[in-house]
Amino acid sequence: MKRLITILAIMMMVLGAMTGCGPAEAETIKIGVNLELTGEVSVYGTPERLAFQLAVKEINAKGGIDGKQVELVVYDNAYDTAKAVENATKLATVDNVVAMLGSATSAPTLAIGPVAKQYEVLAFTPSGTNAKVTMDGDAVNPWVFRACFIDPFQGLVLANFASNTLNAKKAVVMGSSSSDYAKDLAKIFGEKFTTNGGQVLTVEYYTDTDTDFSAQLTTIKGLGEFDVLFVADYAARAGLIIGQARAMGIEVAIIGPDGFESPDLNDLAGGAANVNNIYFSTHFSTLSTDAKVQNFITAYTAETGEAPSALSALAYDAAYMLFAAIESAGTDPVKVRDALKATTNFAGVTGTISFDAFNNPIKSAVVVKLENGVQVEATIVNP
Amino acid sequence: MKNLFSKKNLIWLGTLIVFFFLVQFLIDARIIIPYHRTILYGIGIFIILGVSLNIIIGITGQLSLGHAGFMSIGAYSAAIVMQNMPDMTGLLLGMLVGTLVSILVSFVVAIPTLRLKGDYLAIATLGVGEIIRIVILNLEITNGASGISNIKNLISWPLLFVFVVLAIVLSANFKNSAIGRACISIKEDEIASEAMGIHTTKYKVIAFIFGAVLASIAGSLYATTYYVVKPETFGIATSINILIIVVFGGMGSLTGSAIAAIFIGIVNMLLQSYAEVRLITYALVLIVVMIFRPQGLLGSKEFGLDKILGFKPPFSKRLRKEKLK
Repeated sequence: MKRLITILAIMMMVLGAMTGCGPAEAETIKIGVNLELTGEVSVYGTPERLAFQLAVKEINAKGGIDGKQVELVVYDNAYDTAKAVENATKLATVDNVVAMLGSATSAPTLAIGPVAKQYEVLAFTPSGTNAKVTMDGDAVNPWVFRACFIDPFQGLVLANFASNTLNAKKAVVMGSSSSDYAKDLAKIFGEKFTTNGGQVLTVEYYTDTDTDFSAQLTTIKGLGEFDVLFVADYAARAGLIIGQARAMGIEVAIIGPDGFESPDLNDLAGGAANVNNIYFSTHFSTLSTDAKVQNFITAYTAETGEAPSALSALAYDAAYMLFAAIESAGTDPVKVRDALKATTNFAGVTGTISFDAFNNPIKSAVVVKLENGVQVEATIVNP
Repeated sequence: MKNLFSKKNLIWLGTLIVFFFLVQFLIDARIIIPYHRTILYGIGIFIILGVSLNIIIGITGQLSLGHAGFMSIGAYSAAIVMQNMPDMTGLLLGMLVGTLVSILVSFVVAIPTLRLKGDYLAIATLGVGEIIRIVILNLEITNGASGISNIKNLISWPLLFVFVVLAIVLSANFKNSAIGRACISIKEDEIASEAMGIHTTKYKVIAFIFGAVLASIAGSLYATTYYVVKPETFGIATSINILIIVVFGGMGSLTGSAIAAIFIGIVNMLLQSYAEVRLITYALVLIVVMIFRPQGLLGSKEFGLDKILGFKPPFSKRLRKEKLK
């Protein structure tokens, strides 16, 4: 009998724990945050959380939205898709948030998408670049938005930059055959550059594990004169290619996507002296002279003690776009979604933003110039 | 067959039916809200994983650290088949494909590695788990590092319940069968059981394959529960999480693994709102329990309703136990 009572007591405790959730309070506007705060990619989630908190602090200091204070409900998904689903379900059904921000990377956001659709609460990722994030099969998932441009988009921007700013006529493309990132970028760049009246002399592929690119670079050098070398890859290979190309006497401008942005680029290229005449596209640059950007940099640095990255800038824009949507539509999740979708020419720190049919932002990109391994100039380039 | 309708089995059957309808009722009555349901699904999947690894570690005594690898085989099989057949048939077919692939892989892996012992076996299985992950990372059909997304969600309480009960019943029967007894003897003393005429490698391989198949089924359920599969999910961290369930519940106790999975699932749920201290508190809970229950929650005993409700085993069984002593 004693054991029976013990078991009943345990069952009561478990049930109590499962149902012990208080009713939602209506005085504040609750916004859910579902980010990678621990685990292998916490370096992406953490700055976004800081940016969300900064945005909320600022808007609350101004009196909130329609007189209501904004409250963030923050959950950690640890880059685990299962936790991302659990968090999203809790935010949508228990915390009854108006909208959800996050996640920072694509995989958890892909898991959040169906939950957002099922419970009709929008999910807004600042930096999930995978094209499928806003898709539901072949159609658009109307409940998922993103603040960053997707990878292939950079191919367009860089082609325009090469044609219009660098006045390039002949280009050479290099990329890794084992990554979609490189293949998509090379393809889009080639198409746009040709449309702009340029000519792509060759596309040289290598694999992710290569460290010696002399074979490809010798072939390229044998092609004669060309104006620009497009390396569609991350810094790990791009740095080596830059160093080896310069060592072989290839002095043309080398351009690349946001994967170039890494503290290791100079070391990989064999020293900052080799990193000249290099351009890469990115979401955000602290070099921008725009007052809005400079204010954000000052506020973020004062709040967190470190300079903002592209991720924190995107998160900051996502938060303010959401605030604007809530301000115009109220707190009904469906109306907020419609208002966010209707966002046009939102002036953020990462550019002027509207959404296309697939909930991807139509916005400008920044092309940063490196001289002696240091960022010296940022040009805004439209698609 | 004579024991099929024993008092013990009937009690378990009755409890299961009552439990099933109780939870179903709570779901319908919205007392178990959607959020708790996702937790429930996660717990169910980890019960299957815990029980399946317990067959290998707790029953047969072979330390395997590559269990997440077999889970990933099931998850990816289901995900790939369901790309073309996003319905229940697709899920079951994917499960079947996963089962066949994991039988093949575990068989090929088991024959050389299970001749190793202790630390060497642990390292070898760790390697196997990583090899499976790297293969998945580099295959075209598994979509490399980005994984497969947009998997149709077909999980439901009845489906989960069926597979969890199936896994536990099959494992319990395995444990109590002649094969299971042979496996236990291998765990107790490999040389002695060899001297008794037990083909140790054969039984170790059988146990390994059995565990791998159940893990693969759990993986298929995982895929349909969480919409996305990616290679990182099935790394060493997940293998260790499953190992924690086995050690925590008690090596050799199937019901212990189930209770541990439920306990750990609830602890994780309660800690969800405290991102900063979640990992520390989780580790502390594990340490405290292991200090007070070093043999795990249940040790090597099984949780039995018949024992709790005070039924004594039939006289013949008691007699047999006396004799064994």
